[in-house]
Amino acid sequence: MRTLKLLLLLVLALPAVAFAQGKLNVVATTEDLGSLAREVGGDKVSVTSLARGYQDPHFVDPKPSFILAVSKADVLIVVGRELEIGWLPPLLTSSRNSKIQTSGNGYLDASSNVRILEIPTGQITRAMGDVHPSGNPHYWLEPGNGRRIAQAIRDKFSQLSPGNASYFAQRYADFDGRLAAGEKRWDTIMAPYKGTKLVTFHRSWPNFMDRWGLDVIAYVEPKPGIPPTPQHTIEVIDEMKRQGAKLIVVEPYFDLKTPQAIANQVGGKVMVLAPSVGGTKEATDYIQLFEYDVNQLAAALKQVTGK
Amino acid sequence: MRATKVMRAAAVMAVLVAPPREAAAQAADQAQQIQQQIDQLKQEFNDRVAALEAQLAALQGGQPAPPPQPAAPPAPPPAATTAEVPPGSAGAGGPTGALPIYGTASLGSKIFNPDMAVIGNFLGATGRNTVDPQPALELHESEVSLQAVVDPYARADFFLAFGETGVEVEEGFLTLTALPSKFLVKVGKVRAAFGKVNTLHDHVLPWTDRPVVTQNLVNGDEGITDAGISVSRLLPAGPLFLEATGEVYRGDSGDVFRSTQRGHLAYVGHLRGYHDITESTNIDLGGSYAHGHNPVGLVSGIDIGRFTTTLFGVDATLRWRPLTRAIYHQFVGRSEVIWSNRQQFGGTQHSMGYYASGDYQFARRWFAGGRLDHSDRADDSSIVDKGGSAVLTYWPSEFSQVRGQYRRTNYGDGPTANEFLFQFQFSIGAHGAHPF
Repeated sequence: MRTLKLLLLLVLALPAVAFAQGKLNVVATTEDLGSLAREVGGDKVSVTSLARGYQDPHFVDPKPSFILAVSKADVLIVVGRELEIGWLPPLLTSSRNSKIQTSGNGYLDASSNVRILEIPTGQITRAMGDVHPSGNPHYWLEPGNGRRIAQAIRDKFSQLSPGNASYFAQRYADFDGRLAAGEKRWDTIMAPYKGTKLVTFHRSWPNFMDRWGLDVIAYVEPKPGIPPTPQHTIEVIDEMKRQGAKLIVVEPYFDLKTPQAIANQVGGKVMVLAPSVGGTKEATDYIQLFEYDVNQLAAALKQVTGK
Repeated sequence: MRATKVMRAAAVMAVLVAPPREAAAQAADQAQQIQQQIDQLKQEFNDRVAALEAQLAALQGGQPAPPPQPAAPPAPPPAATTAEVPPGSAGAGGPTGALPIYGTASLGSKIFNPDMAVIGNFLGATGRNTVDPQPALELHESEVSLQAVVDPYARADFFLAFGETGVEVEEGFLTLTALPSKFLVKVGKVRAAFGKVNTLHDHVLPWTDRPVVTQNLVNGDEGITDAGISVSRLLPAGPLFLEATGEVYRGDSGDVFRSTQRGHLAYVGHLRGYHDITESTNIDLGGSYAHGHNPVGLVSGIDIGRFTTTLFGVDATLRWRPLTRAIYHQFVGRSEVIWSNRQQFGGTQHSMGYYASGDYQFARRWFAGGRLDHSDRADDSSIVDKGGSAVLTYWPSEFSQVRGQYRRTNYGDGPTANEFLFQFQFSIGAHGAHPF
């Protein structure tokens, strides 16, 4: 009887012990959010990212292996703005984890405190393509927003693990300092190209281009999520010729055929930039993502503008 | 009160006596932060003003102001035609301020309305089939889905199928999402977890029809769909996804199960294993069991025979989707084998059937596939139907699809049918999740 009681006590105590020693189990829907969670959480968290950086984040398979990851999560960090609408809801339903449901304490929508661009005004319909009714979800591609996401993560981690609050605050401050130093470098590199006109494949870059004053004059896609058409491609070529734009920026998950054909027509250049951490092997974390993108873009702009 | 004052004074003192350099640095830091915040606010304000100006311009341009009518008596103001956005939603990028309400004010905000969508499934058939003829043209099904979170503990999903002969609740269930110990419970009318095809709605099938084995052994289009309770649990198996499901149903599923008394329930069990072989390739295996009373023993409403049907199934799905080219290429191979043991007058019929199919996406909007069919009949295993299909699908967008299917069926008791089937499928409303 006594052994039984002892055993029962042990079993009851197990979860408590595990929690006291264990790290916060964090699942991020993208590698960008995963990287920011690592920056803030350090060795007090263990982070899993679902979508890979070289994958189109709109079209991710809700694999059962993701259910497994989400079912164990203490915190789920999502991009929001309907980016994951096609794959996250079934994962949440099947996760059997009340902590990370939208009403749960462990659910963090990273978009709640950031600067969002392209929020549609007026009536929207799907004739406009795959529009996001609550604004462009590619907002992480701007260091200021990255800082705000990191703040939200710091606050969430501190709320769930108050004993480590000062640790998270210190990690955040350190990240903030490195990011600020990075911003200075990137601002200097990009300064000569302010106002340069270019074209992108999808509307993934409004925050990035806005930050460094670049002017996106057209998209290879006729409408968001709609593949290129011959008619629209001709329009893009004409527009690029008219405005003297020479550069086409493409995400790693799109076919290069149409962008290349356009570049040939206008005597320009196609380049693949990483829209996310992990989008290229050099973009190992959030700061390296900008290090890579800014340097690559500046090099290409130098080539086409001669500045 | 006094204590706060003292604390405040102390705080002020602390700031004053802090080393000047640190204080200066702090002040500069704060000033920079404040400057950034001001800049951000300015930007947001400018954006907002620009948006409002654009709206105003659109309104003025689109609807010329009516001439003034001073003679008309002032109409009483309509009772509360707007509602405020609930607190807490501001800043989330959604609507702000007053929202229009359609109907009376007592209806309150419509923000909590469920996500709604309608999927139209239009089918056409040409060629000759004397055994199982389908109409030449038909709006086969209009599926209305209504889905929302009920409360912090559950969500609800309704799928109403409007066919040519009437409306039916295809599925309508509550899912309890906040249960302990990795349990997930569904209560309501549910498509049973028997194999793969049985769980899928028409519009997510890779074909215009269902395989012959489903038609012969598992109640065709409707499948095993019944009122019941489904309990599933994740089993600990390391990196392997292992899910066990047990379900109890009333026992009414068309010609497979029929219940004439409360004790005649139907039971379904399913075990699913899934593993990522690489990041682009994965395998999904399942085993299923179903048991219930069948309608064969019914004579003028009385179950004389008390016969039962037991079904076993195994399913396998292999998927390949290279992540960097996920929107252009993928392959899905699937197969299910089903065994049916059906008691009836004259003994038990042991029937078996299977399908095997492959679907390949060869361009962003194009899919090609094929399916092999083979199945005994449930009530007479000596009659064997065999067939094959070739399918070509075009996706104008995520929300619509056009499909053509050539189908050849060798019926065990009738002439061979050669048919060309085609389908238009279109979806409006909330963006549903892509099935996996």
